Amino acid sequence: MKKRGLNKVDLIFEKVDLREVLTVAYNMPQAEIIQKVLDSGLKGRGGAGFPTGLKWKYTAAEKDPDKYIVCNADEGEPGTFKDREILDRVAYKVYGGMVIAGKAVGAKTGIVYLRGEYKFLLPQLLAELDEFHRLIKEIGFDFSISYRMGSGAYICGEESALFESIEGFRGEPRNKPPYPTVSGVFGKPTSINNVETLVTALMVIKHGPESYSQLGTKDSRGSKVFSISGDTPTPGIFELELGMTVQAFVNEFGDGDTKAVQVGGASGFCVPRKRFEDTIIGFEGVPTGGSMKLFNSSRSMYNVLHNYLDFFAEESCGQCTPCRVGCQQLLKGVQKVKKGEVKSTYLTELIKLADTMKVASKCGLGQSVGNAFKTIVENFREEIIY
Amino acid sequence: MYQLGNLVKELTEKHGRSRESLMPILQGVVERHSYLTDEAMVEIANQLDISAAEVYGTASFYTFLDTKERGKYVIRVCKTITCAMKGKNEILETLEDMLKVKVGETTADKQFSLLETNCIGWCHKAPAMLINEMPYTELTPEKVVEIIKSYMQKK
Amino acid sequence: MINLSINNQKISVEEGTTILDAARKLNINIPTLCNHPDLCVAGNCRVCVVEQTGARTLIAACAMPVAEGMDIHTNTLKVRNARKHIVELLLSEHRSDCTKCYRNQNCELQSLANEFAFGDTIFLDLVEDHPYVIDRSSPSFIKDDSKCIRCQRCVRTCTELQHISAIAVANKGMHQKISSFHDKPMSHVVCTNCGQCVNRCPTGALVEKTYIDQVWDAIYDPGKHVIVQTAPAVRVALGEDLGYDPGERVTGKMVTALRQLGFDSVLDTDFSADLTIMEEGTEFLTRLKKVLVDGDKNTALPMFTSCSPGWIKFIEHKYPELLNNLSTCKSPQQMFGALAKTYYAQKKNLDPSTIVSVSIMPCTAKKYEADRPEMRSSGYKDIDYVLTTRELVIMVKQAGIDFRNLEPSGFDSVMGESTGAAVIFGATGGVMEAALRTAYEIVTGREVPFKNLNITPVRGMEGIKEASIKIEDCVDDWKFLEGAELKVAIAHGLTNANKLMRLVRSGEASYHFIEIMACPGGCLGGGGQPIPTNAEVRKRRMNAIYSEDEHMEFRKSHDNPDVIAIYEEFLGQPNSERAHELLHTHYTEREAY
Repeated sequence: MKKRGLNKVDLIFEKVDLREVLTVAYNMPQAEIIQKVLDSGLKGRGGAGFPTGLKWKYTAAEKDPDKYIVCNADEGEPGTFKDREILDRVAYKVYGGMVIAGKAVGAKTGIVYLRGEYKFLLPQLLAELDEFHRLIKEIGFDFSISYRMGSGAYICGEESALFESIEGFRGEPRNKPPYPTVSGVFGKPTSINNVETLVTALMVIKHGPESYSQLGTKDSRGSKVFSISGDTPTPGIFELELGMTVQAFVNEFGDGDTKAVQVGGASGFCVPRKRFEDTIIGFEGVPTGGSMKLFNSSRSMYNVLHNYLDFFAEESCGQCTPCRVGCQQLLKGVQKVKKGEVKSTYLTELIKLADTMKVASKCGLGQSVGNAFKTIVENFREEIIY
Repeated sequence: MYQLGNLVKELTEKHGRSRESLMPILQGVVERHSYLTDEAMVEIANQLDISAAEVYGTASFYTFLDTKERGKYVIRVCKTITCAMKGKNEILETLEDMLKVKVGETTADKQFSLLETNCIGWCHKAPAMLINEMPYTELTPEKVVEIIKSYMQKK
Repeated sequence: MINLSINNQKISVEEGTTILDAARKLNINIPTLCNHPDLCVAGNCRVCVVEQTGARTLIAACAMPVAEGMDIHTNTLKVRNARKHIVELLLSEHRSDCTKCYRNQNCELQSLANEFAFGDTIFLDLVEDHPYVIDRSSPSFIKDDSKCIRCQRCVRTCTELQHISAIAVANKGMHQKISSFHDKPMSHVVCTNCGQCVNRCPTGALVEKTYIDQVWDAIYDPGKHVIVQTAPAVRVALGEDLGYDPGERVTGKMVTALRQLGFDSVLDTDFSADLTIMEEGTEFLTRLKKVLVDGDKNTALPMFTSCSPGWIKFIEHKYPELLNNLSTCKSPQQMFGALAKTYYAQKKNLDPSTIVSVSIMPCTAKKYEADRPEMRSSGYKDIDYVLTTRELVIMVKQAGIDFRNLEPSGFDSVMGESTGAAVIFGATGGVMEAALRTAYEIVTGREVPFKNLNITPVRGMEGIKEASIKIEDCVDDWKFLEGAELKVAIAHGLTNANKLMRLVRSGEASYHFIEIMACPGGCLGGGGQPIPTNAEVRKRRMNAIYSEDEHMEFRKSHDNPDVIAIYEEFLGQPNSERAHELLHTHYTEREAY
């Protein structure tokens, strides 16, 4: 595998003439829009990485005339704040992505589900939305967008939990199938896309799939906005080409003493120093929705793990056994190991539990708790025990 | 002081009476009243023709839809990893000393409630907190004192 | 049809079938916990996970529809490990005081633990980390959150079957729990005490409040005369917990067992069911007359039956504006209770204060009903203790009775005689059928025009049933009904009741008489019946009830000799002043949460 260095990109925040891009999209046949997005290789930017073009294609194939485009702005992964920045700076591009998605799949209704923590942004977002609605009406689109607010629940970032929340219920993930493209919000075919994905799709239409797919690697096309925090001299938002190694990333953003990088937030993977060189940030290595946290040698990885487990024990929706009870067991287990109240070999039992959670939980939350747990415990076992 | 029942009616007029109106209505009550009283939840249940237990069950799922009594200003200090690493405890101690309450409590004058919360998306400017919906970032104990003083003057 | 393979056995099933159901067709057992045949799929507990070749994760067999070419394995190492973990996790959040638990040996979690989690437990006890409280506020049941494993069967029951949602899922993550409105005591919320949740709880988190010890104390007290009445639905279900198949009638053995337990007199709720027909039938005909002949605006139609205490509490909470439509008749249990300490005491020359009146019911709401302040018209608490079918089984076992080898015997008198019309009270539509058998005959002087008196349109398990009977050739007193078409409707399960009430409230329904039973299938599917109760079991109990009816000497309530006697000797006419005082009641509007 070719290793890449670090390459800064300016695509997401690039100023565009929205009227121009949308006029092009307006005159483009449905199938062509979908094909361009398919050709670009764009995968969902929320973390799960499902090919965006396929999602649109499946939604477009549904017969029901009522379809929805939902923008997932429930960014809750610890260490992620890119969607707030995107909405703050280029919300018009998010809306533009939604109307293009609507055109592609045959939906007339868009919903932005914005996390409650970002409510302070709403007035400016609504003002921009008014302007946007005027613009697309002039172009000729039959599409309108409204906002729904979250109220503090990490799990609502899971697509079907988000639908439940929009519909006025507890944000509990649904059984799948049916998938959202068949039965999403209000039981209607729905394409649900992350904020950044929608902007990227807009840029694919603007620049063409060829120029976009030249960026990145075979499995991880394009660029991505990273949220960088922790022990770094330059915390903040950076758009980078995909395919770099963790080492390249640390060289740019580390403080010279980086011992580990948590890629993908609490549900992501901990990469220790010894693996920086051979770990690629992307779907062929460690995937991420953009959260990058750096830890230097002054940090206790026990505290990091404890913080994550505490987070999951609270933010699990609680409906399925492996996640609800498993999170509590992992948390209580590491506490007892640390205090010496159970043998350190108990960590081995907990790793097996994490494996069960990965295969038996109902949704992505429970399935991914084990990622951080295993990579931290396996790489920093001594810090957990002593 | 407005009547909560009237507020609920006003909100149902605005958002409708279907199940999908529940979240906006609950959010509307909390926006005006900081928390959901039993009375408000029962009235919402009546208006939407769903059970009060369902209203409570839904509200209690969401961290920001408090069903316990809260003050006019609800302070939520982020406790997730970066904020924890960057001085969250000091911020909390400063707030506890200044407001003379512990985490989870409300001041006697019902002006401030002090809570912790999970990641609010300001990790690059940690530590951070929300007061009602407004974020405050890159906090220091000194900065926190100034912020709270400005809120105290508001009343 | 969809073709798939389960444990290397090929099968074709209809599209939409779940893997669980497909496996059952192959007699492959996949363990379940949150799944219940009466309820929608939840997919929460994950006990039923199976492996699909090529899939990244395991899949929940109960929630996953089959797909063409699926290759499923239900017993791989990966599956076994996960299942063992899941059962162990559930045990870690469950207060496992099994030996003292009311559900010991009839607990689905315990059964799973026997299969998957014997030996040393892997995980840490989480019960101690939660501030659990046990809610004993309801007279009908106990809610113990420390035994709750969050399968949500109770919540789905309360919502889907009963349209009450007195309980809901609250909070999230580690704090998630099943809660009433803002954790208020169950006695203070809309709960109807129907006990359907109790019947579906897989563990001891929801159990009936038991009064077995109080009943034993009374039996052993030489100063007390302890009488017992048994509801019609008990005799067709009791056997299930004593080694019989569902649907086997054990009436005669039950009577003998009760006598052996030490009850001084073994009597029959069916007697007062017949009495209910006399009172309710008369009330109904009187209402018809008031509305049709007198044009009385204050008399409400349709009239609703009032035998089911869960239904009564439901309407008091949810449709208080329709309370005038409720028959003022007490339920058979409470009619019996009021007469036990008056008429029976008089006949037996007993001081009513020494009578302890016990009833065996398929129902948990009956415990609540007996506690209602209105139910003291004898001057005493009319019914002292209500036991469920399940509690009677426990007493039989405690007494060491060899039930199977008992000689059947008959009920004592007085208040022990009954008819087939009373027996069918135990099934949905039964009260309606019994009422029609009598009312039609009063009005026309002829038997109802159905073969063998079986009014089949009101029978069966359809959620809402309707029927109409043309009234012709009336006797002189009822000439005003000549040519009228009497329209009736029947609903069982409160979700169906709610649908019907909406139609009544909006004026869309034009029925004259409506029978409602709170529980699916009527009393035979009551919350106090043996566990499990499901559609198949209910059907068998129903068949047993109609078979019992066919075997009775008398089939019409007005033919019951004990009923004829009590009117002659004690009550006078149906709806007489004394009847009103003892056999009728009133209702109370209640809070909507």
